[in-house]
Amino acid sequence: MAESYVPLLILFALSGATGLGFLAISHILNPRRPTPQKDMPYESGMIPLGDTRARFPVKFYVVAISFIVFDLETVFLLPWAVQARELGWGPFLAVALFVVVLAVGLIYEWRKGGLEWE
Amino acid sequence: MTLDFSTPAHYLVALLPELVLSLWGMVVLLAGVWKKEEEGRPSADDLGTLSLVGLLLAAGANGWLYTAGSTGGHGMVTVDEFRLFANWIFLVAAFLSISISFTYVFRQRLQAAETYSLMLFAVVGMMLMGGSHNLILIFLALELMSVAVYALAAINRRDRRSAEAGLKYFLLGAFSSGFFLYGIALIYGATGTVDVLQIQRVVIQGEAVAGLLFGGIALLAVGFAFKVAAVPFHMWTPDVYEGAPTPVTAFMATGVKAAAFVAFLRVFLVAFDAVYETWYSVFWWLAAVTMVAANLMALVQSNVKRMLAYSSIAHGGYLLVALVAANETASAALLFYLLVYALMNIGAFAVVVSVARQGEERLQIEDYAGLGWQKPALGVFLTVFLLSLAGFPGTGGFMGKIFLLQGAVDSELWVLAVVLVMATLISYWYYLRVAWYMWMKEAPEAEAHAGVMTSMPMKVALVTAVGLVLFLGLFPSVGLGVAERSVAALFEAAGTMGRVIP
Repeated sequence: MAESYVPLLILFALSGATGLGFLAISHILNPRRPTPQKDMPYESGMIPLGDTRARFPVKFYVVAISFIVFDLETVFLLPWAVQARELGWGPFLAVALFVVVLAVGLIYEWRKGGLEWE
Repeated sequence: MTLDFSTPAHYLVALLPELVLSLWGMVVLLAGVWKKEEEGRPSADDLGTLSLVGLLLAAGANGWLYTAGSTGGHGMVTVDEFRLFANWIFLVAAFLSISISFTYVFRQRLQAAETYSLMLFAVVGMMLMGGSHNLILIFLALELMSVAVYALAAINRRDRRSAEAGLKYFLLGAFSSGFFLYGIALIYGATGTVDVLQIQRVVIQGEAVAGLLFGGIALLAVGFAFKVAAVPFHMWTPDVYEGAPTPVTAFMATGVKAAAFVAFLRVFLVAFDAVYETWYSVFWWLAAVTMVAANLMALVQSNVKRMLAYSSIAHGGYLLVALVAANETASAALLFYLLVYALMNIGAFAVVVSVARQGEERLQIEDYAGLGWQKPALGVFLTVFLLSLAGFPGTGGFMGKIFLLQGAVDSELWVLAVVLVMATLISYWYYLRVAWYMWMKEAPEAEAHAGVMTSMPMKVALVTAVGLVLFLGLFPSVGLGVAERSVAALFEAAGTMGRVIP
């Protein structure tokens, strides 16, 4: 039982070693010529100004919620889709019910105006 | 019909009340937004009526399940009379709460479709919680119920106190859910199962890992104590109950509490019955402290809603006595008391809603001065509810307390029984103070209670509640008989009859 996990362990060790190795090598080998520009938090982005707790329109929040809902839908649908043929009609109906319930939520959001930006 | 649990389709039949309510909740939700606003959406009253119809359908399904037997193994949800009786309590609580919210929802411009569908979804959660004997499903049901109620507490988004109540309830509720879930994890570690009946078997055979099991029991107890608001886990209750819209408070104080108690009873009296000695003394103190502390704190409240919040904590203490007693009489008393408590507490909150002019305006005890003479019907109703909450002979509350005491005495809990009686005596003071203001104090002006209004559904709810409280007070054997049969079904399925306290 436990032996069957040995390849997995080797995989973890190898991937860990590779990642850490690259970090270590670049740390040792790279030339260092620091400039004020390079020391900024976002080297090629905007200069961070002001408070982090900025206000932003609640519309983004609605988008984020919808994203999480459909993201999770995918998480549940994919494992079923992989095995759909073997599983047969029972799980198909269960998944269909799940999608219908989510669809009710989508219809609600739509009619309520949650999908309109302006 | 006999439900054969070897056929998956029959599981759906066993869940008929829950399924009806889930579907109906979606119907109500969509009915509220189906048309564009300018095309004329259904009014708040229409949506309220629609939800009441859904509750009646679920009640029909629940009644029909009495005729169903079950065979072929068991699923996560039982089909015993204990579950069905608990369902009645939840349905009654939801029916009365929705009936008293009609005018409130309209006047406060709450979002009617969301309010009512959330209430229906919360009832689904309560039903699953009361009917399940699988710890994972109990947790899911707890969350289904709680998430709906968090949103309900904050449903009045124009009111700062409502938002505060919702956030406070959410943070502490999520925290207590963590305890609950960790408790389930430890119990799974100790026994290797999350099924209440199988946990019972493992525990009786002494195969459970003791340390993990006791840790799990302690954490589960904390999670449940949060939900039933037992002292010292009650800190959120007064603020949340005071800040939430009053009909929602009525719903929370009765339905949520009932669901938590029913699951509490099923888990502890079935799964952990064999290790009664380990948790009995903890609950003993929890019950005693809750009864005494909550009643003492209620004495000094001047806000009627807050006073009723502390009273609700105190009633949680009385009900905990039944858990400590842990016998059939006490369990039947718990069911009976939960039913009476739902009737009288929602009734009292209904009058509070009326006096507060279907809003959150007049909640101080002084605002009740002279109410009895200016609005005699409301005055008499509130007096009956307050007397019943205090436990005055002739009301359902009195009989409930008598049965609880009988359960405690059967388990030879003399001291706890005395504490219960003393705590009840304390409670007379703050309940009767409201009645005293209503009847003995002069109203500040002749038209002081002119703005007090009751809608037709609220009148029906009030008359029903008063009628049932008095009926159960005068003829308690009707309700108690059904409760005793329901509890017998629970103990029969679990196979733990008549354990005597060591």
